Amino acid sequence: MSVSVTLENVAKQYGAFAAVRGVSLAIQPGELIALLGPSGSGKTTLLRMMAGLEAIDGGNILFDGIDTSRLSLRDRRIGFVFQNYALFRHMSVADNIAFGLKVRPRKERPSASEISRRVSGLLELVQLGGLEKRFPSQISGGQRQRVALARALAIEPRVLLLDEPFGALDAKVRKDLRQWLRDLHRRTGHTTVFVTHDQEEALELADRVAILNKGLLEQVAGPDTVYDYPATAFVCDFLGETNRIPVEIAGGRAHFENIPVYQGLPSNSHGKAELFVRPQHLKLVEPGGSPFSGAVELIRRHGSIRRAEVAIKGLPKRLDIDIVSQIGPAIGESVGVRITHAQAFPAG
Amino acid sequence: MSSLARRPWRAHSILPGFGIGLGIAVTALSLIVLIPLAALVIKAASAGPAGFVALALSPRTLLALRLSFGAALIAALVNVIFGVIIAWVLVRYDFPGKKLLDAAIDLPFALPTAVAGIALTAIYAPNGWIGGLLAPWGIKIAYTPLGVVMALIFVSLPFIVRTVQPVLQECEAELEEAAALSGASRLRTIWSVILPPLLPALLTGFILALARAVGEYGSVIFIAGNLPGISEIAPLLIVIRLEQFDYAGAAVVGVLMLAISFTLILSINSLQALVRRRLGYV
Amino acid sequence: MSDIVVAPVPPVHTHRVRSESPMVRACLIGIALAFLGVFLILPLTVVFLEAFANGWQAYIENILETDALAAIRLTLLVAIIAVPLNVIFGVAAAWAVAKFEFRGKNLLISLIDLPFSVSPVISGLVYVLLFGAQGYFGPWLKSHGVEIIFALSGIVLATLFVTFPFVARELIPHMQTLGNNDEEAALTLGASGWQTFVKITLPNVKWSLLYGVLLCNARAMGEFGAVAVVSGKIRGLTTTMPLHIEILFNEYMSAAAFAVASLLALLALVTLAVKTWLEWRFADEIAARSGH
Repeated sequence: MSVSVTLENVAKQYGAFAAVRGVSLAIQPGELIALLGPSGSGKTTLLRMMAGLEAIDGGNILFDGIDTSRLSLRDRRIGFVFQNYALFRHMSVADNIAFGLKVRPRKERPSASEISRRVSGLLELVQLGGLEKRFPSQISGGQRQRVALARALAIEPRVLLLDEPFGALDAKVRKDLRQWLRDLHRRTGHTTVFVTHDQEEALELADRVAILNKGLLEQVAGPDTVYDYPATAFVCDFLGETNRIPVEIAGGRAHFENIPVYQGLPSNSHGKAELFVRPQHLKLVEPGGSPFSGAVELIRRHGSIRRAEVAIKGLPKRLDIDIVSQIGPAIGESVGVRITHAQAFPAG
Repeated sequence: MSSLARRPWRAHSILPGFGIGLGIAVTALSLIVLIPLAALVIKAASAGPAGFVALALSPRTLLALRLSFGAALIAALVNVIFGVIIAWVLVRYDFPGKKLLDAAIDLPFALPTAVAGIALTAIYAPNGWIGGLLAPWGIKIAYTPLGVVMALIFVSLPFIVRTVQPVLQECEAELEEAAALSGASRLRTIWSVILPPLLPALLTGFILALARAVGEYGSVIFIAGNLPGISEIAPLLIVIRLEQFDYAGAAVVGVLMLAISFTLILSINSLQALVRRRLGYV
Repeated sequence: MSDIVVAPVPPVHTHRVRSESPMVRACLIGIALAFLGVFLILPLTVVFLEAFANGWQAYIENILETDALAAIRLTLLVAIIAVPLNVIFGVAAAWAVAKFEFRGKNLLISLIDLPFSVSPVISGLVYVLLFGAQGYFGPWLKSHGVEIIFALSGIVLATLFVTFPFVARELIPHMQTLGNNDEEAALTLGASGWQTFVKITLPNVKWSLLYGVLLCNARAMGEFGAVAVVSGKIRGLTTTMPLHIEILFNEYMSAAAFAVASLLALLALVTLAVKTWLEWRFADEIAARSGH
């Protein structure tokens, strides 16, 4: 049922603007993968090219190793869920879901009873039994989302593509649907690609996350890898919060204004760079405990933890540091700062 | 990647039917509108430069054009004033029968011009409903240029109202409240906060009203009296020339009307662009 | 903080900021009503009063008169031919313009709107220049026995010209706001192009299509100037209702003229009523009202 999708150096140009600039990506059968990036990064364009909704200007997109770019949309059998769902407003929920079956040529079309059996099956699957007679305008946003998904699943797609599937929903519904989509994917096993600009969503839901920036693929890896070992400065910055410290690296040791601050870098790295450190990877110690020191200027609540802002001499921006212990420092107190984990990227 | 530099004349789309849609549109447009209009220009040109100028500058032609454009301008200006008042009243105030009145604004669009023409004549003729009241005072409306103006006011009435109304509707309450809080008088607020954003819409309505009024025929000929040089409108002159089988003469008047109309429309359009820029709507 | 009681702001206050004194208000409403009364309501009333000036009996006789009936038949015939043709054209043009990006699109839109700024008389004139007795194709047509000017086909052509933009003009903005997602969804679900058009696009725009057809029809049945030029006004043969009204009026048969006119006025009222109903019911689906 599910197939692999291979992107080979895929490119897309709109006039003078290069929306996608040579993206290669191998998606395994049954994989749930997120295309993550800021707006304008080319993620939706890439998804629409996979669906055959946009022409491919360069490269190839292969399904199970076969180039389908010459096939009609009908023969591609791709389930696509639009950002605004694109439900047919003059059709009931059941008619929307049945649409893909009813428009088949007579020879391939299932019988009316078979269609209605499949529609009720799909309604059960998306937990919308009883709503078949309603019209899109009479159901909630989350329900519409699920109708759109059921409609896409009705054609027994080889691949399921979702464009910002939760973009139009409020926070609570979004969380519930995320869980639900994850379960659904586990049950149906479709190769699934979804586009999102919400990192939390991508990290929580996807087997692997593909991060795009300005039409280029920055990194593809599992959620833990992209978060803890970002491949580029962009990924590091885009995922979660970071402090940036300009450093000089020699033999894997980073120095800030000649003070050694971190030594866990690869031993072959050298030269000027920027050290990216997440707030939870900074530790407050006694003033004498680290040569890297400063003064606490502010302490504020940050969700479940507290966070200190520490001014370091010579650093233009204060460092954000998570306070782990119950008793924290006081404002104005001098502290030492220790870096437990960091990534270095060329200064830029 | 290498063939990307050449920009195609249309963007790729997976939707089918572009060719047939555009094909039908362009074919129909050419056959019904463009080729016939080209024939008009060719016919007018066939009079030769000297002939064209002679026909164009004949007193009868000039007077007819002056009446058509002059009366249309006056009618459009009258409608600017009353159109804004009507739009204002319809948007801002509540009174019984408002919805009905709102719907009635479009009557001149829906009522055939010949019907309007005979009705206006019955009203303004010296023995008519209003004409009869005015006759003892020596005021004549029907069969004078004033009658032409009255008919043109009728046909171009909806344009201003319908272009101004939506803009007035969207006018943010906060703007007026801010102006009032800054101490501006109501009149001042209307003048410097509400009216400026209306200006582009007003100009659009003015163009539409003018274009419609200039070419109007049906509602005018009944009430105009049609005296050559006095109450003879340009479209009527075309009809008269045609009846005399003076095709070139008719075509020259037609081309002149179109030329003046388009010049007016273009210049008002650029004025509108200027106003938009000045007022900061880009 | 807690002991400060914030009095609710009376709504009257904000109202006053955004409104004028009752005097000014009454004056403005008065002006608007007077103007509309004189210019809209009075003419409409006059049509019906004059039509019934000689009583019911005479009214019925005037309408059932042979030439009047012929004019009614011709008017209906012209509309039945011209309106569907313009629907086909309008839908095709709207499809191309609203659903696709191509160079020259704005020019095409302006050209579609062109007939609005051309005098109806010129719309008729151009066909006389082409097909009239001394027109470019007139002699050739005559030798082949084809009549266009002073015949039904000329009237239909002139009507097509003046009603050309109506359908396209209502459909284009509506289709543009709807976007292409619904069609794309239908195509990914396996629908053919035709199925997509019939099952998705047309139902989506049906109300604005009806709106456009309504306006197109009102203009087609009521057109005077363009038709007057090409028809030759052969009584009982090439006179549509508006032309018949002119003939009767010029023959001082006022009541008869107004009787026929009352039918067209009725058509206008029905058009307005349906149009208003459509606007109230489907305001969001029909693009902003635009002047015609």
